[in-house]
Amino acid sequence: MTATVPTTAALALGDDALVLSHRLAEWTGHAPVLEEEVALVNIALDLLGQARFLLSMAGDEDELAYLREERAFTNLQLVEQPNGDFAHTIARQLYFSAYQHLLYGQLADGDGPFAPLAIKAVHEVAYHRDHAEQWTLRLGDGTDVSHERMQRACEALWRFTGEMFQPVEGLDVDWAALEATWLDTVGDVLRRATLTLPEGPRRGAWSAGAGRQGLHTEPFGRMLAEMQHLHRSHPGASW
Amino acid sequence: MATAAAHRAGTLTHGAADTTGDTDTQQRAFDAAVAADERIEPRDWMPEGYRATLVRQIAQHAHSEIIGMQPEANWITRAPSLRRKAILMAKVQDEAGHGLYLYSAAETLGVSREELLDKLHSGRQKYSSIFNYPTLTWADVGAIGWLVDGAAITNQVPLCRCSYGPYARAMVRICKEESFHQRQGYELLMTLSHGTPEQHAMAQDAVDRWWWPSLMMFGPPDDASQHSAQSMAWKIKRHSNDELRQRFVDICVPQAESLGLTLPDPHLRWNEERGHYDFGPIDWDEFWQVIKGNGPCNEQRLNQRRRAHEEGAWVREAAAAYAAKHGTHPEGGPTDDPTAAVGGSTEGEQA
Amino acid sequence: MTHTDWPLWEVFVRSRRGLSHTHAGSLHAPDAEMALRNARDLYTRRGEGVSIWVVPSAAITASSPDEKDPFFEPSADKPYRHPTFYEIPEGVKHL
Repeated sequence: MTATVPTTAALALGDDALVLSHRLAEWTGHAPVLEEEVALVNIALDLLGQARFLLSMAGDEDELAYLREERAFTNLQLVEQPNGDFAHTIARQLYFSAYQHLLYGQLADGDGPFAPLAIKAVHEVAYHRDHAEQWTLRLGDGTDVSHERMQRACEALWRFTGEMFQPVEGLDVDWAALEATWLDTVGDVLRRATLTLPEGPRRGAWSAGAGRQGLHTEPFGRMLAEMQHLHRSHPGASW
Repeated sequence: MATAAAHRAGTLTHGAADTTGDTDTQQRAFDAAVAADERIEPRDWMPEGYRATLVRQIAQHAHSEIIGMQPEANWITRAPSLRRKAILMAKVQDEAGHGLYLYSAAETLGVSREELLDKLHSGRQKYSSIFNYPTLTWADVGAIGWLVDGAAITNQVPLCRCSYGPYARAMVRICKEESFHQRQGYELLMTLSHGTPEQHAMAQDAVDRWWWPSLMMFGPPDDASQHSAQSMAWKIKRHSNDELRQRFVDICVPQAESLGLTLPDPHLRWNEERGHYDFGPIDWDEFWQVIKGNGPCNEQRLNQRRRAHEEGAWVREAAAAYAAKHGTHPEGGPTDDPTAAVGGSTEGEQA
Repeated sequence: MTHTDWPLWEVFVRSRRGLSHTHAGSLHAPDAEMALRNARDLYTRRGEGVSIWVVPSAAITASSPDEKDPFFEPSADKPYRHPTFYEIPEGVKHL
């Protein structure tokens, strides 16, 4: 590994954390129960902390968050998906936190530039994974209504999960092993939640690529418009 | 007596009024405890009016915390820097937490959170009217922190010595956690006030809009306040509305000067004789109108709260169904510390 | 209790090693596992704890406030249980 900061990887991981944190924060004031308001923001704050650290490795955190165009963001399409109902949010959390937990686990074990962050973040992410697992169990194995909603959410987001295992330049990771373990992990949680592992394709048919190539889904542009509007309206101002 | 006690033991909350013993003796014991500045605890006998007043006040306070999340959450997704975004998220999260502490305190009086939420949603219980005003610009986040939280803290600090133990303890925790809320608002406004001309104007506009509603937060003037005298006698309340309002004005004037912003009151001037700032008349008509539902956001705030509750019902049902299915009630004692468990006591109220 | 109404739990937090768990407050949760996690999120988000207990509020047996006198007063007239009851000549150490 070279001594220079692997900007591509810092941006990819940083954007994942930034965008998912933003989506989770959108729940504020809308959560199904007061205790969950607190839990969701805890996760969002962990992710925002990771994002700020990672973006700062690549440049100025605010310039990167607020002044890049949509096509310059390299987050996964999974994390930009709108919250949907609570089941969709939990399915997104399950898929992503299981991935992030495994990824940070590998990075924490290495001696690359991301090891210091990963060593701290892997504990945070372990809790996110646990939170998602607990809720997957309760929604999957709760009532008929919740089971159906959770199954639908798992299916709907399934096609965004293949992209997670695209190698990222600058990350020294065994992607194939990561993917195999992820499938086992998620499969195990879904089975215990009496849910069926979705069978559909795990990536879209468009050969141009996906989030890591700066290609996003339509809701992402609107999310960015909202996020960046105020900052961009006052060029050069401090906040 | 001992057997009767064994039968009655087992609940931590006030629950149904205890009918044993004669009321005169109980009333005397209660009055003596309040007079001696002792705390009333959930299972103590208390006059029905005292209990009802506390339920009403604590519930209103809890409702204010959770409705109060909305005006600030309105800006989370647009926060102009990542640092400000993190601060705002943490602050709004605290408000959810404070709502939780307060609902718990109310529950020690024998009402359930579900009941209280129901009363909020149906409009039978109120929340602080200040949250019926809209947050129109980013500077409003600063004005809320400085003025609204400032007014709330002025109100809340004396509540840490409230005669009802669980409420007082919740307030201690809340005041400790809220100390950062006001400071972040002040810092935010300071940055805007010394920023670009547009930012300065934004800050001044926010202060202009939030100043008078903040003064209204202390409630109607003492001569028109229907609950004040009794609450003071019960030591639920320690200072009158007007006293606290004056204290707040006196604190804010020099703070506004340091900010480089003005307060929108031409009558504001130091009164050497009183040792306080004089201030202009408050528009109590606006106050009563907003309370009665005619504020700019009453309907919007309540609708969002109701919708979140209704849309979350299937989630709460699912978790309850899962718990019933899997019987995940606590098995045995805590496993991380067997020796402490042998000691047998939880030392609940030692602190 | 309706079917969406989660039970109440009491939360005890050990603020650091060497101290006992102290009552921090209460919360609602559908079951013990979620109660523990909710307690972690709510009562230790500023690093206030290293260990948490959750107990269903309904499982706590409390002494009745009516029984104040017979329950606790007898212990108030036994000053010989306290070290200050005993007179020790000045200068005697380690006692």
